[in-house]
Amino acid sequence: MRYAMAMDTRKCVGCSDCVVACQTENNVPLGYCRDWIVEAVKGTYPETVQMHFKSERCMHCDNTPCVRTCPTGASHIIEGGIVKVTHNECIGCGACIEACPYEARYIHPDGYVDKCTFCDHRLAQGMNTACVDVCPTSCLIFGDLDDPKSPVSKALQEKDWYVLAPEAGTKPQLYFLK
Amino acid sequence: MEEVLYVSGKALPHITPHLEVWGSVIALYLFFGGLAAGLLFFANFFYLKGKADSMPMSVKVAPIIAPIIIILGSMILVYDLHHWMYFWQLFLHVRMESPMSWGAWTLSAIMIPAILWSLSYLEDTIEYLQNRNPKCKLIGLFIWANNLIKKLPVLPWIMVLFNKNKKLIAYLTIYLSIVLGVYTGILLSAFNARPLWNSAILGPLFLTSGVSTAAALIMWLSNDHSERKMYSKIDLFLIAVELFFIIHLFMGMLSGGVAQVEAAQLFLGGPYTAMFWVLIVGMGLVVPAILEIMELSGFHIPIGIPAFLILMGGLLFRFIMVYAGQASGFNIL
Repeated sequence: MRYAMAMDTRKCVGCSDCVVACQTENNVPLGYCRDWIVEAVKGTYPETVQMHFKSERCMHCDNTPCVRTCPTGASHIIEGGIVKVTHNECIGCGACIEACPYEARYIHPDGYVDKCTFCDHRLAQGMNTACVDVCPTSCLIFGDLDDPKSPVSKALQEKDWYVLAPEAGTKPQLYFLK
Repeated sequence: MEEVLYVSGKALPHITPHLEVWGSVIALYLFFGGLAAGLLFFANFFYLKGKADSMPMSVKVAPIIAPIIIILGSMILVYDLHHWMYFWQLFLHVRMESPMSWGAWTLSAIMIPAILWSLSYLEDTIEYLQNRNPKCKLIGLFIWANNLIKKLPVLPWIMVLFNKNKKLIAYLTIYLSIVLGVYTGILLSAFNARPLWNSAILGPLFLTSGVSTAAALIMWLSNDHSERKMYSKIDLFLIAVELFFIIHLFMGMLSGGVAQVEAAQLFLGGPYTAMFWVLIVGMGLVVPAILEIMELSGFHIPIGIPAFLILMGGLLFRFIMVYAGQASGFNIL
C-alpha cells in the first residue's frame, strides 16, 4: 500500500476549505495550519496573465529526510508510507523542520512538532482525508498508488503532473496535475 | 508588464517565520562544542607527548574550561528544545542516521573524561594560579572543590583508576574530541533541504575553526613565552587550513545545482556578504594571521588582540552559518 494525493491545479479555486476542514478535524491551534494554499500569478499584463492555485501539505515522501534526521525516532513512517510524529517521543529539537524542503512541519504551542497525517484516523475507518471530502471542486484526489484502479492512480495515468523540488531527491507523493 | 506574484496561505504568524527554529543558542552551543573539543585535543595530545610539566597551561589548567562549557552548552541546548521535558528521549534511542543522536551520545561520553581530567589536575591548577596570580578569586573556589572531592565516597577511588589508565584514556579522549569537533559541522551538513549547509566540508571546517579558537584561548591564557610562540604557529597553520576549506566550500557550491549556487550567492553579493568577508574572513582570520606573523618576526603585539579576534571570528562564523543556512532552500513555488 502506498497512499498518495493528486491535486488538480486547474480545478482549484483557492477557497481554503481544505485548510479549515483540516484545522477543524485535527484540532489545529489558532494561527497554525497543516495544509495551506499557494496562489501564483504569472505572465504579461493584460494578454497572458495566468493564475493558478495549489493546495499544499506534507508530501509524505518516499525518501524522508525528516525521519532520517530525527534523533529520537519520534518521526516515523506507518503503513501506506504516511509520515507521522509521536508526540511524547518528540523533543522539539527542530531537526525535522530544518530537514524538510517543503516547510510542511511546525512546532505546536505544546512544544512537539506537528504535521499532516493524511488523516490516518479517518483512513482507518474507511473514509477519505478531511481535505479531500470537503473540497467543493473535487480538485483533491486521494488513494493507493499500488492499486491501479484507485482514483489517484487513474488521475496520474490520464494527466500530466509535476512534483515540487524533485531535485531535493525526496520523492514527494503529492502530485500536481497540470 | 511582466507579473510574477506569489501569495501563500502559509503566511500565518506562526508558520512562515520558521527561521526561528534554530537561533543564537545553537550557534553559541556549536562554538562551545568546538572550543571544548580543541581544549581537550591539545591537553591530551601534549600529555601523550610528555609535555605535562613543560606546558602546564595546555595540559593542566586550560582543560578545566572544557567540562564547564560542555555542561553549559548542554544546558542551553536542552533549554532551547521546544519540548524540553522530553529531552531524556534522546538517551533511549541510538539512531546512527541522525547526527543529533550520535552527537548527544558523544557529548555525554566526552563529559566524563573532561570532568575527571580537570579534577585530576585540580591541585596543579591551584598551585599554578597561586604562583602566577595569588589574588585570583577562583583559587578559593578550586580549594573548596578539591576538599569536597576528597570527602566524597567513590570519587577518590575512581580518580586512582583514572590516573592509572591515563594514557589509554588520553587516546580515547583525543578520538572523542575530534568526533565532537567534526560533529558541530556535520550537525548542520546533514540537511539536504538547506543547501548552504549541505556540504561535507563543513565537518572539517568546523573542527579546524574550533581547534583554532582553542589554540587562541590557550595562547591568551598562557604566560610561558615558548608555549605562546608555539600556539601562534599552530594558529597560523589552522587559519591557512580554514581559508583553504572556505575556498573549497564555495568552489563546491558554485559548481553544484541551482539551489547550491543560490546559497553561495548569500555570501557573494547577497545579504551576508559584508558580514562574512569583513567580520569573519577579514577580522577573524586574515588580521589575526598578519598580527601573529608580525609577532613571530619580532614586533611586540599584545597577544590578547589576535586571540580575541580569532575567538570572536569563530563565534560569529557559527552565528552567520546558522542564520544564513536557514535562509537557503529549494525553490518550492
